[in-house]
Amino acid sequence: MSIICTEENRCLTVHIQGELDHHRARELMTQLDREINCALPRKLELDLSGLTFTDSSGIALLLRTYRNVQELGGTMCVRNTPQQAKKVFWAAGLQHIIPFEGV
Amino acid sequence: MKLDNYTVLEFPSRSANEGFARTVAACFAAQLDPTLEEINDIKTAVSEAVTNAIVHGYPDRIGKISMKLRIKEDRVLEIIIRDWGTGIADVAQARVPMFTTGGEERSGMGFTIMESFMDNLKVRSELGKGTTVTMKRRIACRVCK
Ligand SMILES: Nc1ncnc2c1ncn2[C@@H]1O[C@H](COP(=O)(O)OP(=O)(O)OP(=O)(O)O)[C@@H](O)[C@H]1O
Ligand SMILES: [Mg+2]
Repeated sequence: MSIICTEENRCLTVHIQGELDHHRARELMTQLDREINCALPRKLELDLSGLTFTDSSGIALLLRTYRNVQELGGTMCVRNTPQQAKKVFWAAGLQHIIPFEGV
Repeated sequence: MKLDNYTVLEFPSRSANEGFARTVAACFAAQLDPTLEEINDIKTAVSEAVTNAIVHGYPDRIGKISMKLRIKEDRVLEIIIRDWGTGIADVAQARVPMFTTGGEERSGMGFTIMESFMDNLKVRSELGKGTTVTMKRRIACRVCK
């Protein structure tokens, strides 16, 4: 599990790569928190094209990240969600809370 | 053709074993020639059950987890995941979507996902004795008509 970040004009893009489960979630959340607190993004784009697996740990992680960004006055969207992740997130109704692009 | 096969895996409740357990389940299921979506559903359900055993079953110690995989009649894959940990006081309540005792790192969706990704979910639990989760999923035959 790793993340790659790029930032331009306080638009932070984060690529999440690898498998996301309880084993990896805490470290990932710490990394994401650090990036968000450092960039204070007006907009956060989470790119999930490299996410090869997620379970419900990903649901909590997305919701928490969404709240964090909102508290800082920013917006967030999720892009390139793979089929497996989509099925997990949709089971929780995340599409009604967080904007997903291109699904 | 009558398939009948099984395997048993036992491991300590370390989070590094979550990925290992779902990979083993996927490899075992492969003999039924599942689609990628079927494999992903099985991996996801196994990940939920094993994570529950680790996080909730053994919240403050390392304990034993077992996973039994069996191919039953009519191409049904049965997965039994068991822990000897804390147990669940009220299983019906635990299965309600969004119910969690796990704080903000959990979403309370594990049982809901197991239920909707598999054909059948049975949860037996006793406080102080542990929890057994039995899931079944029939893998459709793609070559036989
Ligand atoms: N093996 C177990 N041992 C003890 N309690 C369990 C076990 N499995 C589940 N529970 C209880 O049932 C509740 C619901 O489980 P479920 O998997 O649906 O959600 P969660 O684990 O809290 O969150 P999520 O799975 O979305 O991360 C848990 O919060 C916990 O209280
Ligand atoms: Mg769970």
